[in-house]
Amino acid sequence: MYNFEFVKPSTVAEAVAALKDEGAQALGGGQTLLPTMKQRLASPETLVSLSGIAEMIGVNAAGGTVTIGGATSHAAVAAQAGAYPALAALAGGIGDPAVRNRGTIGGSVANNDPAACYPSAVLASGATVVTNAREIAADDYFQGMFATALEEGEIITAIRFPVPQAANYQKFEQPASRFAMAGVFVAKYADGVRVAVTGAGNDGVFRWAEAEAALSANFSPAAIEGLSLSGDDMIGDVHGSGAYRAHLVKVLTKRAVAACG
Amino acid sequence: MPKDGIGASTKRREDIRFLTGAGNYTDDINIHGQTYAHFVRSDVAHGKINNIDTSAAEAMDGVIKIFTAADFASAGGIPCGWQVTDRFGQPMQEPKHPILAEGKVRHVGDPICVVIAETLEQARDAGEAIEIDIEELEPVLNMKDALKDGATKVHDDLTSNLCYDWGFVEENRDAVDAAIKSAHHVTTLELVNNRLVPNPMEPRVAVGHYARANDEYTLYTTSQNPHVIRLLMGAFVLGIPEHKLRVVAPDVGGGFGSKIYHYAEEAFVTYASKVINRPVKWTSTRSEAFISDAHGRDHVTKIELAMDENYMFTAVRTDTYANMGAYLSTFAPSIPTWLHGTLMAGNYTTPLVYVNVKAVFTNTVPVDAYRGAGRPEATFQLERVIDKAAREIGMDPAELRRRNFIKPEQFPYQTPVAVMYDTGNYHATLDKALEMTDYANFDKRAAESKARGKLRGYGLAHFIEACGIAPSNLVGQLGARAGLYESATVRVNATGSISVFTGSHSHGQGHETTFAQVVAEMIGIDVSQIDIVHGDTSKTPMGMGTYGSRSIAVGGSAMVRATEKIINKAKKIAAHLLEASEADIELKDGKFSVAGTDKSVEWAGVTLAAYVPHNYPLENLEPGLEETAFYDPANFTYPSGAYVCEVEVDPDTGKVDILGFTAADDFGNVINPMIVAGQVHGGVAQGIGQALLENTVFDENGQLLTGSFMDYAMPRASDMPSFDVDHSCQTPCTHNPLGVKGCGEAGAIGSPPAVVNAVIDALQRGGYNVDHIDMPVSPSRVWAAMQQG
Amino acid sequence: MKITMTVNGKTRSGEAEGRTLLVNFLRDTLGLTGTHVGCDTSQCGACVVHVNGQAVKSCTMLAAEADGAQVSTIEGQAAPDGTLNTIQQAFQDHHGLQCGFCTPGMVMSATALLKENPKPTEAEIRHYLEGNICRCTGYHNIVKAIMAASGQDVGAIAAE
Repeated sequence: MYNFEFVKPSTVAEAVAALKDEGAQALGGGQTLLPTMKQRLASPETLVSLSGIAEMIGVNAAGGTVTIGGATSHAAVAAQAGAYPALAALAGGIGDPAVRNRGTIGGSVANNDPAACYPSAVLASGATVVTNAREIAADDYFQGMFATALEEGEIITAIRFPVPQAANYQKFEQPASRFAMAGVFVAKYADGVRVAVTGAGNDGVFRWAEAEAALSANFSPAAIEGLSLSGDDMIGDVHGSGAYRAHLVKVLTKRAVAACG
Repeated sequence: MPKDGIGASTKRREDIRFLTGAGNYTDDINIHGQTYAHFVRSDVAHGKINNIDTSAAEAMDGVIKIFTAADFASAGGIPCGWQVTDRFGQPMQEPKHPILAEGKVRHVGDPICVVIAETLEQARDAGEAIEIDIEELEPVLNMKDALKDGATKVHDDLTSNLCYDWGFVEENRDAVDAAIKSAHHVTTLELVNNRLVPNPMEPRVAVGHYARANDEYTLYTTSQNPHVIRLLMGAFVLGIPEHKLRVVAPDVGGGFGSKIYHYAEEAFVTYASKVINRPVKWTSTRSEAFISDAHGRDHVTKIELAMDENYMFTAVRTDTYANMGAYLSTFAPSIPTWLHGTLMAGNYTTPLVYVNVKAVFTNTVPVDAYRGAGRPEATFQLERVIDKAAREIGMDPAELRRRNFIKPEQFPYQTPVAVMYDTGNYHATLDKALEMTDYANFDKRAAESKARGKLRGYGLAHFIEACGIAPSNLVGQLGARAGLYESATVRVNATGSISVFTGSHSHGQGHETTFAQVVAEMIGIDVSQIDIVHGDTSKTPMGMGTYGSRSIAVGGSAMVRATEKIINKAKKIAAHLLEASEADIELKDGKFSVAGTDKSVEWAGVTLAAYVPHNYPLENLEPGLEETAFYDPANFTYPSGAYVCEVEVDPDTGKVDILGFTAADDFGNVINPMIVAGQVHGGVAQGIGQALLENTVFDENGQLLTGSFMDYAMPRASDMPSFDVDHSCQTPCTHNPLGVKGCGEAGAIGSPPAVVNAVIDALQRGGYNVDHIDMPVSPSRVWAAMQQG
Repeated sequence: MKITMTVNGKTRSGEAEGRTLLVNFLRDTLGLTGTHVGCDTSQCGACVVHVNGQAVKSCTMLAAEADGAQVSTIEGQAAPDGTLNTIQQAFQDHHGLQCGFCTPGMVMSATALLKENPKPTEAEIRHYLEGNICRCTGYHNIVKAIMAASGQDVGAIAAE
């Protein structure tokens, strides 16, 4: 990879300051960024590690909300987010154990890989993305593949998840990368059901409005039966066509609802 | 009888270093003053090189020298080790394979120039600064299109993209056609044998070290056969005489065929080291491996199986297109021909076989042997078409196989495709596998799966392979440009310990343990007294290396012959010491004794006498105890076996879960059952990988879409079941001293059809009219087939 | 920059660039070549080491991130006299390795697994090894070795 200057601030304020430099980029767990840099596909002049910022690490559950620091590893979420079991389970299924020990929720959500797991949880939960500068509603945050509402140099310091009455995440893995070929997060709240789909959509994570409406009226797998998604809006690649992914989304949605019990 | 002799599951001695981080792999070798090579490779599949401007790159920090094809004007091309003659008696078309691209690039990954710098990152930086002007040409990708009149040519100096059009047995062509025409029933299947990337976990590495002081070259390389590399590179590419060229293949992290071949990078670092007078190291990244290691398989085939009214096979006819890629890798031409066509009789008495193979050049990475090499392709066609035939005629697939099997009393059996099987008992392995898998109660299990909403299937395949390659005179007639003997030197030390120098190479097979077990058994001393040395041309006699399940069958035989010579000489010494007739000397449990007396001398007493020959028959016996043998096999060996796969298909997603995999193999005699089982496990996993997961896909521009582990699906632990393997059915090989057949490739040969047959069975039982799905049988392909069926 | 870490109980220092990966620091700077590199996409797991007690892929972590950390590698697993530890011994006993290239990462992952879950089921072992690729063994004997190292009956894994 190209060389860069490495800095490791210990507060959000220091990190924000460091990121003001031309060519500076934030480094979460590095599980996506470092492989990208190894391929010389990214060339930051400065990497600002967020791993030493204590205020950005940890899981807090209070008043029906689970708040996760942006630099919290997937492994920590899996172990500590018991107040939101579906979220903890999702975190415990990302990548592999070594990746989960390094990868962070902030890094994943900032990157917004179309096949990443976390964006579906954030969107289905109607979570709030908290940055050093502001709070962003999930519905405003995701703006297409690898695109988000984050400004240059803005850091995700935490994500706040309202805990649903019931929720479940179902992932069908791409056989090589083990990222989601399709992943569906269903979350049932008092005011309705939210369904977010990752891995499948051409524009990245999205809410499946028809399923949400049907499930809000009748929270059972049968409610999905008559629905369908168009394969044209889905990713088609060597692992499966758009039509196959559209089919998977429906299957996984039913399974997620069934698993909610 | 030593406790760690033949038949013992002796623990592997090599494990100690691998388990403690003390292995010595090529990338662990760093030589003082070492420089780093970075290959700048083509990013287009086919193009004309108009200009290469290295001036800016040469001025960059740390750059020592940049090489292009012009630097290799005096070197030869990378040679091909096998010349196939086509069905009209003409030699194959054989294009030059330059070390660095000359004028044209022919696949993504084709090396164009190389930067040598003080550090790897400097070399990469400079590589990016080289300006290469390439005019893109239409890529040749589809094999059938490549053979059409007027098709763009991969090699302008060849008459077409056809390497050869091979027919076997050509004299049977008309008879086979007639038999198929007059058959009671003909089953036809068209299929693809998917291209695979071998992906041993250790990427290739080469370190070249030229010592000007004595004009000697050393190449450290990740090779399965260092002497083959020395011969090919020394004699044909660089013109370095053998005594000045040492090739060392230290610990090698898996090969599976992909480390047999002589690669451009090896010749490059060796040559460049002399030019810059410093050591040169090249370490492949995994991404680079995907576009520079030889790939495997990639056949498109139509097979027809003819049967009479008793459902006896009367003829097999196949029509195969075999992808060679852009250049001929070392053994590429032999794979779809002699390692494939000669196996098309399978385990059956089919009297007439005709195999046609058209080998085609395309703008893709070269294709060569990968675990099994030709034999998996043959087995897959045959075992799939038999399964389809059984379904068509409504017969149990096991029964259809059984009635067509060569019977135990028919061995040795001359097939219609040149090879003669020495031994086998296919009924025994089939019965064993059916018993191990409780075939009789499968329906109950299928019903239980159905109750859970899953489709259960049972897939059977039987296989034969020809390995222990190979009789040199035979392969010479077939076009091999090398002998395929093996060698061993057994050096007995004065105090009785032994160093065996073998031409076989161990890169996971455990030779250091199993070879020692054989010698321990023969002499009757403890296995710890024996060391196995391999992988260094300066130490071992000229040997041909490890591939084709040949190590114990050919290399082991050479070692046995050398050890026999040792024992014969030691008996003479013992006879002298014991003042007895040599004919009366017996060797048992490490002790020489005179038959019928209590006179004896220990092994170490004899070996000491050989090196301290005070009381020694010097007048008619040389001192010392060291013997070399070269062993050239009289025939191939023919392992066989029955493989059963049981699967569950999720009808909602098309995902296939393997519930069980059973292998009942006949490997002849077995030296170390633990290691043999491990070889089967690994082979089966690679076969399951081919069947369900692995695929190599180029897009319409010739770009490799599956160029990393992100898209090329390597089998993981969670994809695999526990395996149930058995090798109790043993019909020992009749023509080698150990009666062994070889076990390295079997798993990869027998498993793909078993898996696919199981999936088809599951779908058929579930009411889906699906009779074939091409590999990999991925969830999306299963789902798509279910939509049609 | 100068990096200092405790590797297998000993304090080790060396120069590193920002881009120096932990695996390169271990292999090239400290000469600990037991940790291997088998891919460049963070999937094969041949490079797994422990940093502050957690398994990580050392090819996907900067050396600078491990400054001041406790690192353990395959070289530190056997007893000082060379005696294999329980997991290493189980890998030998059950033929859980062939070419040996993935082995360091397998052993380090197995160690992490048994620390988290001392009596894993076969399915849990297979799932935990998601990030460790072996091309030789088909995983059967690796799973068996880990099961044995956990003190459980390996009869649950089908006979070979």
